[in-house]
Amino acid sequence: MGYPHKPHARESVVLSEHFGSAEARTLAGWRKRGGYQALEKALGMAPADIVSVVKDSGLRGRGGAGFPTGLKWSYMKPGDGKPHYLCCNADESEPGTFKDREIMRWTPHALVEGCALGAYAIGAETAYVYIRGEFTEPLQQMNAAVQEAYASGILGANAMGTGKRLDVHVHKGAGAYICGEETALMNSLEGKRGNPRIKPPFPAVSGVFGMPTTINNVETLVAAVEVVKRGAAWYKGFGRPDNPKSTGTKLYSVCGNVARPGNYEVPMGFPFRDFLHELCGGPLPGRKFKAVIPGGASVPIQTMEEAEATLMDYEGFVAGGTMLGSGGVIVFDDQQNMVKQIARLARFFAHESCAQCTQCREGTAWTTKIMERIRDGHGTYEDLDTLLDIGEQMTGKTICVLSDSCAVPVASGIRKFRHEFEALIPKKQGTAFVAAAVA
Amino acid sequence: MSHGPSAAGGSLVAAPADHAHEPHVPVFTGARRQELDMILGRYPTKMAALLPALWILQEERGWVSEGGMAEVAGVLGLTPAYVKGVVTFYTMYHQHPVGKYFVQVCTTTPCNVCGAEDVVKAFLQHTRCGELGLTSPDGRFTVIEVECLGACGFATPVMINSDFLESVTADTVPDVLAELR
Repeated sequence: MGYPHKPHARESVVLSEHFGSAEARTLAGWRKRGGYQALEKALGMAPADIVSVVKDSGLRGRGGAGFPTGLKWSYMKPGDGKPHYLCCNADESEPGTFKDREIMRWTPHALVEGCALGAYAIGAETAYVYIRGEFTEPLQQMNAAVQEAYASGILGANAMGTGKRLDVHVHKGAGAYICGEETALMNSLEGKRGNPRIKPPFPAVSGVFGMPTTINNVETLVAAVEVVKRGAAWYKGFGRPDNPKSTGTKLYSVCGNVARPGNYEVPMGFPFRDFLHELCGGPLPGRKFKAVIPGGASVPIQTMEEAEATLMDYEGFVAGGTMLGSGGVIVFDDQQNMVKQIARLARFFAHESCAQCTQCREGTAWTTKIMERIRDGHGTYEDLDTLLDIGEQMTGKTICVLSDSCAVPVASGIRKFRHEFEALIPKKQGTAFVAAAVA
Repeated sequence: MSHGPSAAGGSLVAAPADHAHEPHVPVFTGARRQELDMILGRYPTKMAALLPALWILQEERGWVSEGGMAEVAGVLGLTPAYVKGVVTFYTMYHQHPVGKYFVQVCTTTPCNVCGAEDVVKAFLQHTRCGELGLTSPDGRFTVIEVECLGACGFATPVMINSDFLESVTADTVPDVLAELR
C-alpha cells in the first residue's frame, strides 16, 4: 500500500508505487520517476491510436461500473465541430473507498498527466477534475500540481511544445454523495443542483455544457498513463490466465474491523482469502471476521465463507454474489451487529438521495425508519417482508442507481443474516400476533 | 455531506443572534473580483462559476447569507432564487452562522464499526455543545455528524473547518481540542 505501511511482498504496486514519498508530489520528483513520458509519447500519436492501445489493454472503469475505458473513449467522434470535454470524477464518496484520495494526495501529477492524456485522446482541449469539497489535502495537492504543470508548459496553449492546447481545471464540490454519479457531476459542474439526468442522451452525445463528454474515474485515468507508457501487453499480464475480461492491477481500500486498514494494490484475480488474512493482517486480536462488503457500500454483503472463496476481479466478485464496485472493502467482525450497521447504511442513502424520484426519496426514508425500528427492538416479522418489498420497488425504477444501492445491502443482509434481525424482534409480539390470528 | 439541522434534531443557533441581520458587505471587489474573473475564464458559461463563487463568499464571510446569495446572483447574471436553490442542495455551504470551529465527525458504517459514535459523544461533551447542530455557549464550537468523509481506513476522520484530521478516537478528542484553545 505504500503508505502508511511498506507494500506487502504480494502486492503489485503500479499506481501506488510512490505513495508516501513527498518528493513524488512535485513536478521535479515526478519527472524523476518517469512522469510525463506517457503524455509526451501520446502527444506524438494519433488520438485514435491511443484509444486502440487502451482498448487493447482491457482497462475497465475503476469507479464502480467497470465499463471498458477504450470503448468509452471511442464513442467520442472526432471532427464533429463541437468542443469535447473530459471530466475526471474525483468525488470519491462511496463509503469504504479512499483510493482516489491517496492518488491525489501522493501522486497528483499522475492525475494531471492522465487528464491531459485522456483529453487529447478524445479530442478535447479541456479537462475538469471534480473533487469533493471535503478533500482539502487532495485539493491542495491537485491545485499545486496543475499550477506547476502550467508554469512548466506541460499544460496551456502550447502543451509540451506541441502547439496543441490542453487545459486541466480543478473544480471543488460542495458536499453531495450523488455528485459522484456522472450526470449529476456534470450538472453540478455547470452550477446547478446535482440531480442526475435521464439517459439517453449519454454523455458522449450530450454531456457537460451540452457537449460530447467523457467521464472517467481518477484511478482509471492514472492507469491509462501506465498503459500508454508500458504498453497493452504489459498491462494484460496482470490477471488470471483464465479470465481475459479483467486485466491490470486494482487499488483496494480496506477499512472497518481489520488489523491493517489502508490501500492495497493487487493484480486482477487475486484470492480474497489471502488478501484479507495476509495483506490486511486478518481480524483484530481475539476477534473473528463475520462479513465483508467488497466494493463500496452499494454492493451486496458477503459472508466470510463467500468472501474467502472469491477471486478479486470483475467476474470473480460476480461469481461470489457481489460486485467489484469501487474496491472499497468494508470488513465487519463478530462484535458488530449487522442490523445496526445496515440501518446506518440505509440512513446514509436516505440522507444522500437527491429526492427527484419518488421510489428513492420515499423508499430510502421508509427503509431507514423500519431498519432503525428493528434495531431498537420495536420491529415485527412483517417488517422484514415489507423491507424486501420496498427494496423491489426501489430497484431498476429510478433515474440513477442510488435507490438500488440502498436496497442492495438491506436485501442481502436480511437474506444472509436473518437470524440477527429475528433476534431483535420481540418474541412476545410475534406470539401474540399468532395467537390472535388463531383465535 | 453534513447533516443539516433537521437531521441532527436541533436547530443551528445564530451566534450572535443579530449576526444574520447585518447588511451584506460586497465580497467581489478588488482581489476577490479578479479571482472570480480568472475562474470565469475556465468555463463556457457564467453559471459554472456558481459553486466557486459561493466558496469565495463563504471563505470571506464564514457563511452564505441571503445578501451574499443576492450578490453572487448579480455578479453571475442569475436570480437570487436560483442561487438559493443551488445553495440548499449542497451540505457544505452554511446557511446560518456557525461556531468559530465547525466540527464534522464521520459516523457512516466504516467509521461506525470503529467507534465513531464515541468520538461524537466526546466532542459534544468536551466542547459543551451538548447537542448535534447546536453552537456551544461560548460561540466557539458547532459539532455535527457527517456522511462518509472518504478516509475510511483512517477511522475516525474529523474535519474542523478546513483541517482534515485522521484516526481520531474518543480518547484523543481532548488533545485535538486543546490544540484549538
